[in-house]
Amino acid sequence: MKTEFKIIADLIEPNTRVLDVGCGDGTLMEFLKNNKEINIRGIEISKNNVQQCIGKGLTVIEGDAEKDLSQFPDESFDFVILSQTLQAFLNPEKVISELLRVGKKAIVTIPNFGYWKVRLHLLIKGTMPVTRTLPDEWYNTPNLHMCTIKDFFSFCKNRKINLYKSIALQNLKSSKISNTNLTLKNLTAVLGIFLIEK
Amino acid sequence: MNKNISIKSLIISKPLKLDCGQTINNFPLAYETYGVLNKKKDNAILVFHALTGDQFVSGLNPITKKVGWWSYAVGPGKAIDTNNYFVICANVIGGCLGSLGPNNINPETNKIYGITFPIITINDMVNAQHNLLEFFKIKKLFAVIGGSMGGMQVLQFVSNFPNKAKIAIPIATTSNHSAQNIAFNELGRQSIMADTNWMGGDYSNQNKNPDKGLSVARMAAHITYLSKNGLQEKFGRKLQERDSLKFSFDADFQIESYLRYQGSVFVDRFDANSYLYITRAMDYFDLIKQYNGNLSKAFADTKTKFLVISFTSDWLYPTSENKEIVIALNAIGADVGFVEIESDKGHDSFLLNTPNFLDTLKDYINTSYLKNK
Repeated sequence: MKTEFKIIADLIEPNTRVLDVGCGDGTLMEFLKNNKEINIRGIEISKNNVQQCIGKGLTVIEGDAEKDLSQFPDESFDFVILSQTLQAFLNPEKVISELLRVGKKAIVTIPNFGYWKVRLHLLIKGTMPVTRTLPDEWYNTPNLHMCTIKDFFSFCKNRKINLYKSIALQNLKSSKISNTNLTLKNLTAVLGIFLIEK
Repeated sequence: MNKNISIKSLIISKPLKLDCGQTINNFPLAYETYGVLNKKKDNAILVFHALTGDQFVSGLNPITKKVGWWSYAVGPGKAIDTNNYFVICANVIGGCLGSLGPNNINPETNKIYGITFPIITINDMVNAQHNLLEFFKIKKLFAVIGGSMGGMQVLQFVSNFPNKAKIAIPIATTSNHSAQNIAFNELGRQSIMADTNWMGGDYSNQNKNPDKGLSVARMAAHITYLSKNGLQEKFGRKLQERDSLKFSFDADFQIESYLRYQGSVFVDRFDANSYLYITRAMDYFDLIKQYNGNLSKAFADTKTKFLVISFTSDWLYPTSENKEIVIALNAIGADVGFVEIESDKGHDSFLLNTPNFLDTLKDYINTSYLKNK
């Protein structure tokens, strides 16, 4: 978790306006606020989480990113962050296009379904993978649209979304993903972190 | 009831031009304070009351001898902690607890105003209360907070005085009254006016009081402050001190008895004409229209940090109307947080013991104050 936060922090330039979509209990927002000179806002669907964020003095609105991002004008933020929640949306395609409308750039992180342990789990056990980053069973998982790093690459390519930076995260190690090492990184990375723009 | 020694009031000599065109001057604005204003004068919170509220937010109300209307939220150790903050609350003009209102004597006629009192607006109320800042020599309030009509005053205050509050917390409110809101208020007004003791508004000069009409108005309004589930849970079809129906129009059901009681105690503390004037002010409130259809413009010049709060079971000022305020603020990149609190207590949730609400309010106020230091 901490490594992901540090990488996200490094991608954000100081003195910018940032929106954390699906900000949870505000852990990432607080981390960024403490480590960067930025103006950060959040949007979160869970009442309990929103109450915690507000209690911490964070500027968070309760809302559903699939509907409520529409209230923000075009490019009202320099960066929009979507940390490990893309797979939980009914319509991830629409969410990505909203992120890129509201923000000049977006930072999207995804749990990689192509990670070798996930593949092995399905291959050997023949049951839906349950791992540290994907801890739920098939019947109670909030994840509706799992994808791999490779999937996200081709998604961006097809929609002419500029993949500004792509980073693979494996435990505490991070490395750059490129077209040449994509197949390997898709196997070894637990998490993919992408800085994208229109 | 408004001539009581325990009421503090400020005489405002500066003329105040009302929205209706008339000007008032040398008028009383009754207020109460809680806690201590610190040396830096940066810990003042102006609380705005709702339709039937008054300046006695917390502790014992010396007039009604009951606890203040927001005792759950305001007091030592409470969400709005009077050990740390200096809380000011004023009776709105048009009210009946010491501020200039229809039950005052018109110096020109030496008679009680009644409905010759000028129509007042939320804007007028807020402009009158702004004088308190000068009186207490406060350059900038730490917070403006209010629910329901108090929330309208919060919105109007920030729009009129964009640099006079660090944070603003409008609660369970709206930027304009819906047709349904106006309809309920009209029901209340008509029930007062239908009482023969109303005497065309001149009852005070004729030693009468439209108690029946005012109490029916209160009964009808009280229903709108609660939720269907809340009422059902509390009363259901329970009978009032009897084992079976009496086949009469007595208060067989507990809910009937409860409403009658609410109506009867209300007439002891509230003036019927004030009820007409204040509900009118609420109906006339339209911050969107004031800014030519663009609510965002009301907040264009402000750096005030907002927290908007609504309640799930509030159907009088529903979440959707509170969210419109949030959307207008987000459209101009203002600093706004928003949460809808789960509660089955209806619109009254903000006045009652609603722990999620009170905890969130307390933490937000305290962290905002520390971060502002």
